[in-house]
Amino acid sequence: MEKIAGQSIIDSLEIQFDAFEKSLNGQSQTAAHQLRKKAFENLVANGFPSVKSEEYKFTNFTRAIEKNFDLKLNTSPPELTAEHLAKVEVEGLDAYRLVFVNGVYNESLSDEIAEDGIKTTPLVDAFKGNTAAIADHFGKTANFEEDAFVALNTAFSQHGIAIEIASKAVISKPIVLYYMADATNTEVSFHARNLINVGQFAEATVIEKFDTIGGHKSFTTIVNEITIAENAQFQYFKVENDTELAYHISNVYARQASSSNFKTFTFSLNGAMVRNNLHIKIEGEGIDTYMNGLYLLKGRTHVDNHTVADHTKPNCHSSELYKGIVDDSAKAVFNGKIFVRQEAQKTNAFQSNKNILLSDHATINTKPQLEIWADDVSCSHGCTIGQLDLDALFYLQARGIKKDKAKVMLLNAFASDVLATVANDAIKIYLEEIIKNRLEK
Amino acid sequence: MLSIKNLHAKIEDKEILRGINLEVKPGEVHAIMGPNGSGKSTLASVLAGREDYEVTAGEVQFLGKDLLELAADERAREGIFLAFQYPIEIPGVSTTNFMKTAINQIRAHHGEKPLDAVSFLKLMKERMKLVEIDQALLSRSLNEGFSGGEKKRNEIFQMAMLEPKLAILDETDSGLDIDALRIVANGVNKLKSKNNATIVVTHYQRLLDYIVPDFVHVLYNGRIVKSGTKELALKLEAQGYDWIKEEADAIA
Repeated sequence: MEKIAGQSIIDSLEIQFDAFEKSLNGQSQTAAHQLRKKAFENLVANGFPSVKSEEYKFTNFTRAIEKNFDLKLNTSPPELTAEHLAKVEVEGLDAYRLVFVNGVYNESLSDEIAEDGIKTTPLVDAFKGNTAAIADHFGKTANFEEDAFVALNTAFSQHGIAIEIASKAVISKPIVLYYMADATNTEVSFHARNLINVGQFAEATVIEKFDTIGGHKSFTTIVNEITIAENAQFQYFKVENDTELAYHISNVYARQASSSNFKTFTFSLNGAMVRNNLHIKIEGEGIDTYMNGLYLLKGRTHVDNHTVADHTKPNCHSSELYKGIVDDSAKAVFNGKIFVRQEAQKTNAFQSNKNILLSDHATINTKPQLEIWADDVSCSHGCTIGQLDLDALFYLQARGIKKDKAKVMLLNAFASDVLATVANDAIKIYLEEIIKNRLEK
Repeated sequence: MLSIKNLHAKIEDKEILRGINLEVKPGEVHAIMGPNGSGKSTLASVLAGREDYEVTAGEVQFLGKDLLELAADERAREGIFLAFQYPIEIPGVSTTNFMKTAINQIRAHHGEKPLDAVSFLKLMKERMKLVEIDQALLSRSLNEGFSGGEKKRNEIFQMAMLEPKLAILDETDSGLDIDALRIVANGVNKLKSKNNATIVVTHYQRLLDYIVPDFVHVLYNGRIVKSGTKELALKLEAQGYDWIKEEADAIA
C-alpha cells in the first residue's frame, strides 16, 4: 500500500479523536457524530494533501503542520480577557460581537443580541440539543470528501456558532465573530465551524476576524457553511491579521438561491501560512455574486486564495476581484475557478487578479481557471503581476511628496478599487491604516 | 537663483548633457529651444531629480543649496516645479487629495501648519479659475482619461497651487490647440513675479508669443550653443535649426 501524506499528523489525531469521542458520552450515537466519524475515517484512509496534490501544489500545508506542530500536546486552558479582545477589535466598528477563545464561544466577552429575526446558538449547545440547525446544515454544504482539511474540521467539529436570520429580517448591525487563539503559554490548535443560514428577503452582514495572542504557534481550521435563501442579501467579511507563527486554513462553502445577492471580502494581512478556500454554488436564477479580496504580505508570510464560482443555473452574474501587494520574501498564491455548467446559459462571470511585487524575493503564483459547458455566456478573466510604477512615483515626488508617502499613496490607489467595494467604513479605515503602517517603515 | 556649471549627464551609457552652463535670476523667463534629441527634456528631468539619469560632472546650485544632493521630493519642497511633458495617469488618486498631501508636505518642510480644509478649498477655487479647470475634473483620478489639453492645464493648476520659486515647463505647448495654449500661457503669466523664475522648454516658438522670454538658449548635442533674446526664437521659427547645427558642427 502506498504511504499516505501526513501519516504522523494522523497518528497524533487518532489519539485526539479517541479522547474527543470519550468526552461526548451520550452524544456519540447522534447522526452528527456519525458524520464526524465518517469524515475522520476518510481522513485516515486518504491522508493529507501530498506534494503531488494539484490543489495544494504551491502551498504544502501538510509538511508545514508535520514540521511545526506536536498535536499530541494538551493545550492549557485559555486565559484571554477583555483586554486582549480590546487589542484585536476593529476600532469604531458598530457591531454585535461574538467572541471565541480557542474556538470556544465566550459568553462573558460577547454581546447579547436582542433583536428580532436573528438567533445565534453556540455550536456546542446546538450539538447537545441536536437542533434543526445541526440536522439540516451540519456537513450539508461543506463536503469533507473534497478537502482533507474539511474532513479534519468535520471530524473535530464541536465549537463555533449557528446563526439563523429569519425571513425578511433586516439585521441592524453587522455580526462580528472574533476568533482569538491563545498561544501565550503553548502552541494551540482548534477547529471551528459556523453554520449560517439567511432566510428569504433577509439582509445581514457577518465579519470574521482571526487573531493569535502570544508568541507560540497556532494551527486553526474553520469551516463556514452558508445558505442564502431566495432574494436574501448577505455579506461575509474575513479579516485575517494573525501572527507570523499562525497556520490557518479556512473553508467557506456557500449556496445561493434565486435572486440572492452575496458579497464576500477576504483580507489576508499576516500569518505563517494561510489558505482560504471559497466555494460558492450558484443554484438559482438572477443571482449576484461578488468575491473581493486583498492580501498585503510581508516577511515570510504565505497566503493562498482558492476560489470557486460554480454557475449551475441561467441568468446569473459573478464578479471577482483579488488584489495583492507582496513584499520581502512573502509568497502569494491565487487560483480562481469559474465553472459554467451546461444549463447556466446567459451567465456573466468576470475575474481579475492583480499583484504588485515590492521586493525581488517576493513570489506570486496565479492561475485563473475557467471551465465552460454552456454556449451563450459572457466570461472574462485576467491577471497581472507588476512592480510599483516608478514614473508615477517620480511624478508624486516631483510635487514634494516624500518617497515613502508617495509609495503609500500609490499602493492605496492600487488597492482602492477593492477597498471601494467595502461598504463598512470602520473596516475600510482599519485596512487603510494597515496599508499605511506597513509601508511607512 | 539657479546656477548650472558644466553639467554632464548620461542615461545608461549614453551621454546626453555635455557641459551645460546656465544662470537664472529671480523674475526671469528663460526659454530653452533646440532640435529633437538635443537634450532639452533631459535637462528638465535632471533638474527635477529623475533617478534614471546619472550626473557625471558639473554642479547645480539652487538658492545656495547643492541641488544634485537633494532627492526629487526635496527639490520640490525647496521650490522647484516640473510641468511634465507627459503627465502620468494615476488611477485611484484624486488631484484634490494629491494636492492636499503635496501642499501640506511642503508646508511642513517650511515649518508651517497644514492648511485647514476651508483654506485649502478656497485656494483651490481661486487657482482653478486661473487655468479654467473644472472641479469635476479634479475630483477624478489624477489625469486618468484626461485629454492632452486637460492634462497640461492640470499641470499648470498644480503649479499654481504649489507656487514654486522655479518652474520648469517641459514642452507644455506640445499637443495643445490654440485656445488651450492661451489658457495655459495665461496661467503661467499670472503666476509670474519678481521673486520667481521660469524655464520654458520648447521645440517651437509659438508658445513664446504668449510667454515672452527674457533669454532664449539653443541646446544642441547636449550643449547650449547659442543664447540671445526673444528675437533668436523668431529667427529659429523662420529659418529652422539647420543654421545652428552647421555653426555648432563647424566649431566642434
